[in-house]
Amino acid sequence: MELFQQLVNGISLGSIYALIALGYTMVYGIVKLINFAHGDVFMVGAFIGFYSITVLDLSFFPALLISMAACAVFGVIIERIAYKPLRNATRIAALITAIGVSLMIENGMIFIRGAQLEAYPTNLLPSENIDIFGVSIKSQSLLILGVSLVLMMILQIIVHKTKIGKAMRAVSYDAEAAKLMGINVNNTISATFAIGSALAGAAGVIFGTYYIKIEPLMGVLPGLKAFVAAVLGGIGIIPGAMVGGLLLGLIEALVSAAGFSLWRDAAAFVVLILILIFLPQGLFGKNKREKV
Amino acid sequence: MLKVEDINVYYGNIQALKGVTLEINQGEIVTLIGANGAGKSTLLKTISGLLKPKNGQVLYEGKSIGGKQAQAIVKQGISHVPEGRRVFANMTVQENLELGAFLRKDKAGMKEDMERVYVLFPRLLERLKQQAGTLSGGEQQMLAMGRALMARPKLLLLDEPSMGLAPLLVKTIFRIIEEINATGTTILLVEQNANLALSIADRAYVVETGRIVLAGTAEELTSSEKVKMAYLGGH
Ligand SMILES: Nc1ncnc2c1ncn2[C@@H]1O[C@H](COP(=O)(O)OP(=O)(O)O)[C@@H](O)[C@H]1O
Ligand SMILES: [Mg+2]
Repeated sequence: MELFQQLVNGISLGSIYALIALGYTMVYGIVKLINFAHGDVFMVGAFIGFYSITVLDLSFFPALLISMAACAVFGVIIERIAYKPLRNATRIAALITAIGVSLMIENGMIFIRGAQLEAYPTNLLPSENIDIFGVSIKSQSLLILGVSLVLMMILQIIVHKTKIGKAMRAVSYDAEAAKLMGINVNNTISATFAIGSALAGAAGVIFGTYYIKIEPLMGVLPGLKAFVAAVLGGIGIIPGAMVGGLLLGLIEALVSAAGFSLWRDAAAFVVLILILIFLPQGLFGKNKREKV
Repeated sequence: MLKVEDINVYYGNIQALKGVTLEINQGEIVTLIGANGAGKSTLLKTISGLLKPKNGQVLYEGKSIGGKQAQAIVKQGISHVPEGRRVFANMTVQENLELGAFLRKDKAGMKEDMERVYVLFPRLLERLKQQAGTLSGGEQQMLAMGRALMARPKLLLLDEPSMGLAPLLVKTIFRIIEEINATGTTILLVEQNANLALSIADRAYVVETGRIVLAGTAEELTSSEKVKMAYLGGH
C-alpha cells in the first residue's frame, strides 16, 4: 500500500499548493495582478514560524497564528508601497514590479540572516502511524491536511458570509459599481492582500513542519507551482485554486509513484502548458459574456 | 438641494464637461436630455464622486462634495444607478440588494427598505436566490434601482434606465420612478427617450457636447421648437 501513502503525501503537498494558490487567485481576482512576490511571503512565513518555535519556544499552533498575522501585515505593506501607486499603470509595469519585490524579499532575507538552511524541529506534531482500512498513514499528513482544509473553510465563510468578503467579491467583479455601494475599494484590496498573505504564511509553517528544511529561496518553486495550480483551477476563482492545488499535488505524487520522481517538478509545468493550450480559462473558469 | 456650479471635467486631456451649471430642488424630478456622447453620464459620475471636477463646485445641502470619495457621497444620501445597470452578476439578487445597504447599520430600517423594494419590484422578491447575471435586462434594471434604494437615498441619479428595454417595460420603470419620487426621493434622470423623460419631469436641461444649451420647465422644453426638432422626432 505504498501507493496509498503516496496519494496521501500528494494531497498534503497539494493542500500546501492550494493555500498559496489562494493568495495568487484572490489578488488576481481583485487587481488583475500576478503577484510574483507571493511565493516569497510563503518563505517569510516559514521563517517567522521557525523563529517563533525556536526562539520564542512556541508550539505549532501559536507559531502558525503568529506567522499568519505577521504575513498579513507584510502583505499589506507590500501592496501599499509597491503596487498601490501602480493601480492605473500598465499591467507589464505592475508585473515587473512584482518580480522586483520578489527579488528584494529573497535577497533581503539573505542579507538579514544569510543563505544557510534551517531545520524545523521534527517533534512539532505527533508522528505516529495510523491505520485506516488496514492502510497505515502518517498522522502528520492527516493533521496538515486537516489544518489546510479548516483554513480553506474559514476562507469560504469569510468570502461568502462576512461584509468584507462580500466587498471583496463586489470589487473584483466591478470596482466602480462597488464604489457606488459605498465600498472603500482601497481597504478592500488591502484586506485581500492580508488574507492571501496570511494563508501563504500558514502554508510556510506547514511546509516547514512537514518538510523540515527551509531557506531564503524556498518560495520560488512552490510559488511557481501554486501559480500553476491557480491557473489550472481558473485564475481569480477561489474554489478553483483549492482544487487546482490538490490536483497538482496528486499529479506530482502519481508521477513519483510511477517511478519518474526526477520529473516531478517538470510535471507542474507540463500541466501549465497543457492548460494554456487546451483550457486557458481553467477547470472552473467560464467564458465571460456580457449581457446587454 | 444640489447645485453644480461651473464645473469642468476631463478624461486625461479630453474635456467632457465645459462650465456646466445646474440646480436640483428637493422633491423634483429633473431630467438631462442629450445625444450620445454629450456628457450626461460624465455629469452623473462627477456628482456621485466617480470623477473629480478639475474646477467648479458641487454643493449638496450647502456643503461642497466635489472631489470627495464616492463612498462619502453615498453616505450623505446620493445614490447612483449607473448606465448599463452594473449589477453584480456573480451574486444573488438578495446579495446585490444587501450590498446596496453596505454602509448602513440600522437593521430595522434596512429590513423596512427591503420590504419597500419588494413592493416596488415584486419580481425581485420571486428571484431573491437567483444569480443576478441570469436576470433579464428589465429585471436587472429593477435590481440596480432596488439596490440603490437600499441606501435610502435622498437624491437618486438614474442613468438611462430605459436603455434596451421593451416599451411596456419602459412604461413600468417610469411609473416606478414616479412612485419613488412621490415618497420623497429627489430624482435626476438621464434619458435618451426625451418624450418620456419630459412627461414625468418637473424641469429639464439639454446637454450638447459638454455644455448645457437649454434649461427650463418640462412644459417649456416640450414645446420648444429646438427640442422638438432635435430630440422629440420633429413633431
Ligand atoms: N472613460 C472615458 N475615457 C475617455 N473619454 C470618455 C470616457 N467616458 C466618456 N468619454 C467621452 O466623454 C464624452 C461624454 O461621454 P458621456 O458622458 O458618456 O456621454 P453621454 O452619457 O451623454 O452619452 C464623450 O465624448 C465620450 O467619448
Ligand atoms: Mg451615457
